[in-house]
Amino acid sequence: MSQIIEYSEKVMDHFSNPRNVGEIENPSGVGTVGNAKCGDIMRIYLDIDENQIIRDCKFKTFGCGAAVATSSIATEMIKGKSVEDALKLTNQAVQEALGGLPPVKVHCSLLAEEAVHAALWDYAQKNNLQIEGLNPPVDDIEDL
Amino acid sequence: MKVEVKFMIYLDNAATTRVRDEVYEAMQPYFRELYGNASSIYRFAGESKKAIEKARDSVAAFLHAKPEEIYFTGGGSESDNWALIATAFARRDKGKHIITSTIEHHAILHTCEYLEKLGFEITYVNVDADGVLKLDELKAAIRKDTILITVMFANNEIGTIQPIAEIGKIARENDIIFHTDAVQAYGHEHIDVEALNIDLLSASGHKFNGPKGVGILYIRKGVKIGAFIHGGAQERGRRAGTYNTPGIVGFGVATEIAERELDRRRVYESELRDYLIDKVLTEIPYTRLNGHRSKRLSNNANFSFRFIEGESLLILLDQKDIAASSGSACTSGALDPSHVLLAIGLPHEIAHGSLRLTLSDETTREELDFVVGELKRIVERLRGMSPLYEDFVRTEGKYEPDNRIQ
Repeated sequence: MSQIIEYSEKVMDHFSNPRNVGEIENPSGVGTVGNAKCGDIMRIYLDIDENQIIRDCKFKTFGCGAAVATSSIATEMIKGKSVEDALKLTNQAVQEALGGLPPVKVHCSLLAEEAVHAALWDYAQKNNLQIEGLNPPVDDIEDL
Repeated sequence: MKVEVKFMIYLDNAATTRVRDEVYEAMQPYFRELYGNASSIYRFAGESKKAIEKARDSVAAFLHAKPEEIYFTGGGSESDNWALIATAFARRDKGKHIITSTIEHHAILHTCEYLEKLGFEITYVNVDADGVLKLDELKAAIRKDTILITVMFANNEIGTIQPIAEIGKIARENDIIFHTDAVQAYGHEHIDVEALNIDLLSASGHKFNGPKGVGILYIRKGVKIGAFIHGGAQERGRRAGTYNTPGIVGFGVATEIAERELDRRRVYESELRDYLIDKVLTEIPYTRLNGHRSKRLSNNANFSFRFIEGESLLILLDQKDIAASSGSACTSGALDPSHVLLAIGLPHEIAHGSLRLTLSDETTREELDFVVGELKRIVERLRGMSPLYEDFVRTEGKYEPDNRIQ
């Protein structure tokens, strides 16, 4: 049976009061990563304006406390940023912003990074854009 | 030292239980007053020896066994390790094949894996959708060189009680040693090792309001099994180590109380359990009960809530001061959820959304009403942020209460 893992205050805050939960109607881009087998699925919605600025950003997550917290903070970190800056979001930055993650939960930050990239990829596809450094998403985080 | 424990609804009695006041009181003299080493010769030590033998008598009476068939150990895991490893070694001239089930505790499964590395062969018999061992598969698995069958009395996660009498009969007819891990059942269910043809049985003190760190292994007279812990003449040379007198005394008293109160307690707990199960299945849609509806431990309820994940559920329950447990294991990104939930055929995402609530005779209906109310809100909240639920609503239409997962 599972055990409750020691999370930082910041993780608990983002888990208990997640920012930007929800959906966006007619999003500029949407990305879903992870799989139910390993117990985490993240979906990120983006609303991007004509100057490639992320106007709004929402998420939905099926997963543990860390999975919810990493998606919550990732949306906070890219909201208002340019597509180019959002692309620079790394899992290390997500971890640092959360005051660290237990080693067994580090994969959740990778998943958050991948979810943002997947949503940006969808945006690029829809608008026939070539964005440097943006690769197609992988379905399974174990492929990362 | 006084430790303040704040208000809490404790529904994790399969993990461990509170030591009963009478048990605690009975243990006290053996820490500071009657601290003699029970193996010593002087009269002072004799008090400890007497107390240990009294406990042994109580255990023997509960199991319908003889006192000399009861061996005290350091807990359920030690008893399981001892039973399997020592039996395998003692009977290796006869064969190298062992049969177990897919839903055993890790104290059994990991010991089986260890024995596999040493050259023994293990067959893992499947269970049905309710978690009941498939007896026809068990019979088919028996070989000429089968030396041991080990099947748990009742499952720690889903509470299903196994057809122990039938398994014992099959083992006896085929001259195979039968061990049962009765850690969850001892003190909660009547156990008659004679009627059930049990040769070896493991139990643990802290699962029935006794202390932690003490267990027993019942070894039927005549069953060939060597020592596992070496280094002294205790327990007729079969289990070395200075006697844990307070623990053993606690085990004995907890057994006496459990035996005396078993029937009353079972009725009380199973009524509450059924109340909880009905309430959860009625009030929370897309929920299923795991384990057999009636052939289950009187204090166990295990649910799967579709579209949500167990750890999130546990943290939010904890924030409401409700202590529970889950079969989810979201710890490495690749870890499977509970092997028991997968063995009864649940898909991964449904197994991840499981919750185990295990009651005690101190649990009240009011507590359960509070828990179900909170559970309802928490499940709704987590579904509200679940992409699986979003997809489900998109494809299936609006949220219709439906208590069954198809």
